[in-house]
Amino acid sequence: MIHQLKGVFASAAMATVLVAGSAVAEEPKKGGTLVTALGSNVRNLNSAVQSGIVTGFPGAQLFASPLRYDENWEPQPYLAESWEVSEDGLSVTLNLVKNAKFHDGTPLTSKDVAFSVDVIKANHPFKSMFAPVETVETPDDHTAILKLSKPHPALMLAMSGQLMSIIPQHIYGDVPIDQVKTHPRNNEGTVGSGPFKLVEYKSGEHVILERFDDFFIEGRPYLDKIVMRIITDPAARAIAYENGEIQFGAFESLPRIINRLKKADGLTVTPNGYGAIGPLDWLAMNTQRGPLADVRVRKAIAHAIDKKFVLNALMQGTANESRTGIHPDSPFYNGEVEAYELDLDKANALLDEAGFPMENGKRFDLTIDFGWPGVKPQVEYVKASLKKVGIEVEVRASADFPTWAKRMGEMDFDMSWDTVFNWGDPVIGVHRTYDSTNIGKGVWSNTQGYSNAKVDELMAAAAVETDAAKRKALYAEFQQIIADELPVYHINTLPYHTVYSDKIGNPPLGIWGTSTPVDMMYLKD
Amino acid sequence: MTGDTLGFLQALLVRALYAIALLLAVLLLNFTLMHLAPGDVADTISQSMGGADEELLNQIRADYGLDQPFLVQLGRYIGGVFQGNLGYSFFYNQPVVDLILERLPATLLLVISAQVVALTIGVLLGAISAQKPNGMLSHAVTFIALFGFSAPVFWTGILLLIGFSLNIQWFPVSGMRDVTIEGGFFVKAVDVLRHLVLPMVTLASVFLALYSRLARATMMETLKSDFVRTAYAKGLPTGTVVYGHALRNAMAPVVTLAGLQFSAVFSGAVLVEAVFSWPGLGTLAFQSIIARDTPTILGILFFSSLVVVVGNLVTDMVLRAMDPRIRSGSA
Repeated sequence: MIHQLKGVFASAAMATVLVAGSAVAEEPKKGGTLVTALGSNVRNLNSAVQSGIVTGFPGAQLFASPLRYDENWEPQPYLAESWEVSEDGLSVTLNLVKNAKFHDGTPLTSKDVAFSVDVIKANHPFKSMFAPVETVETPDDHTAILKLSKPHPALMLAMSGQLMSIIPQHIYGDVPIDQVKTHPRNNEGTVGSGPFKLVEYKSGEHVILERFDDFFIEGRPYLDKIVMRIITDPAARAIAYENGEIQFGAFESLPRIINRLKKADGLTVTPNGYGAIGPLDWLAMNTQRGPLADVRVRKAIAHAIDKKFVLNALMQGTANESRTGIHPDSPFYNGEVEAYELDLDKANALLDEAGFPMENGKRFDLTIDFGWPGVKPQVEYVKASLKKVGIEVEVRASADFPTWAKRMGEMDFDMSWDTVFNWGDPVIGVHRTYDSTNIGKGVWSNTQGYSNAKVDELMAAAAVETDAAKRKALYAEFQQIIADELPVYHINTLPYHTVYSDKIGNPPLGIWGTSTPVDMMYLKD
Repeated sequence: MTGDTLGFLQALLVRALYAIALLLAVLLLNFTLMHLAPGDVADTISQSMGGADEELLNQIRADYGLDQPFLVQLGRYIGGVFQGNLGYSFFYNQPVVDLILERLPATLLLVISAQVVALTIGVLLGAISAQKPNGMLSHAVTFIALFGFSAPVFWTGILLLIGFSLNIQWFPVSGMRDVTIEGGFFVKAVDVLRHLVLPMVTLASVFLALYSRLARATMMETLKSDFVRTAYAKGLPTGTVVYGHALRNAMAPVVTLAGLQFSAVFSGAVLVEAVFSWPGLGTLAFQSIIARDTPTILGILFFSSLVVVVGNLVTDMVLRAMDPRIRSGSA
């Protein structure tokens, strides 16, 4: 299967698709300073060695990646003007644009691509992204050929957003490859080839970026400057949106604040733009411990919890229901699975059947953990719900994240509220939760101790399936099984929202949200 | 006079030794406490990255020496401190000293200005209300004082933000400067002052309450004393008696309290800074505690202990200057 796209055609198509997002397609205005908020301090600006949503925003402005995606999950040219996947799926050729330069004026070549893949493989936490990439051949300066040990369709998404930042070898190549994560130029004098270059990063205060005049896409970016102010308090951030001090921000997740901002004049608040990041809230259940080892108990728990209450009362209508480990916005999502309507009779029957009879209004004890204060209401709600079917739940608070992470990593829990992200392709962020070879390997591994040979087989097949329709079918079946066996009871999507002022044109609302270049964002008059 | 100086130097030396012992104890205790808690900074690094596999976590632990036995880690750290090296922040990839020095001026500005404002206004309010302890004004001062003291600072802070940043847009919401404005030193200084007002008032409100209550009590006491009666008998005007003679005498306990409260103002700054994203040590402390970034937390504790020790020393010297009885050792 040869897959080729002509750069010129595709970038025209991309521009159309992205601009179509705003109601009236108007001529973008050039210039101006955009003031935005970052919700937490930035640990590391170098997105080749630091993943996560905080680094994603500055990272995707500083560094360019081979591909970008449109709102319909279709890959579009970026640093690679075209690409081919070989018939056997074992070789992916990237034809790089000829005019890409780093911020220091050095031309970007295929050597930098090969170097970046090595750096990412050695330092980036998502090992599955490039694990099958054995070598990167560089026959000339503008051609990079990724040689794979097996077909790897997840590579397409892994080459977009913030996941494959191309970093300059002449800057970051002066230390051993696995030491790039502590390179002094990660936060100071950072050099990439993205639309904006670094002016200043002050820890705890701001990241200031400035238009890169030699950016490889003619006429872009539109903005002159982006000031990213680090404002960690959500209430203070909300006031700053309302009084116009900041014009743009993402990852707002407090229902009360989202609903308040929705009422404010001159602001748009939208849940669009988080499909690939794919944040999910769920109830994890340790399938290797006590009564929870019985699938009937897990199903009873699911039937005893009213998702509608969580969605309407706790999330105040800001979140959507999710039923599987794949985010509902993903093309791989299969919502046609068991939904576990609230049904206390059924829950009681299942628990009786599992051999836990009600005695004096009680069947057995369980604990529930949570890792951060924001989800305490959910946890308390689970406790109250399960009491109705005779399960006495003790809520275990953790002093801080590491305390909780350790409990989860060592599978020292019965149930826990958890939030996990998809990170693009299911291979990257979904498999880790259900893969039987990934049991108890730290937080956000298969902490539920779930093991099903059929699920392993489906995931392994989907990972190498190059036919999109067949791949989707494999994941559909996979989702049906996990929804049926419930190592995790999927409840809702995390209500991430993007907030922007009416003065903003082309806000980043594609699949990667702010983890994409905002070279087309502009300020209206 | 020389005996006085010698005594002072001796007192200073003893205090310095105490201070060093105290600083060491602070470091030892906190290093141990941090180590006893389950999990470590590798977990929070993994959190910031959206998850990491075990191999990478182990690599991070090895890079930072977190895989070494406790005593080895402790020895390395204390050894470093004695060589003036506070270590390297695991979370922010920066030397701790740089991280702290970058933030210290902001915190000092906030803490000192809040302390000065709280002290000046607090003492003034206390002195006014002491003259008519049962008057309307006195009750009003008591009410304000109790309100300021009881309200949690983050609540006061948000309330002030809603009032003066959102409804009446006088002051900016957060941060210490507006990087988009252009101008010379004067313009930038005014900008910083505008950012300073709300966090400073928030922090001062708590201590203002404390100082005004104490000033009121000691003033009432002082106004009853013999020398005040004598002053009135001499025919001095009320203003001179109250603010010239009585206030000076009533100040000593307030200054002592202010010195003791210095550490409390510092810890109050942690919450205030978090609300206003004031880029100081408080924000850094808050973030590094959450991140389990041991070297940074210890570095901040080291610096803040140092500031408190110096603060107390300054208080002592101010008291000596104010009250001759302390100097001669007869107090």
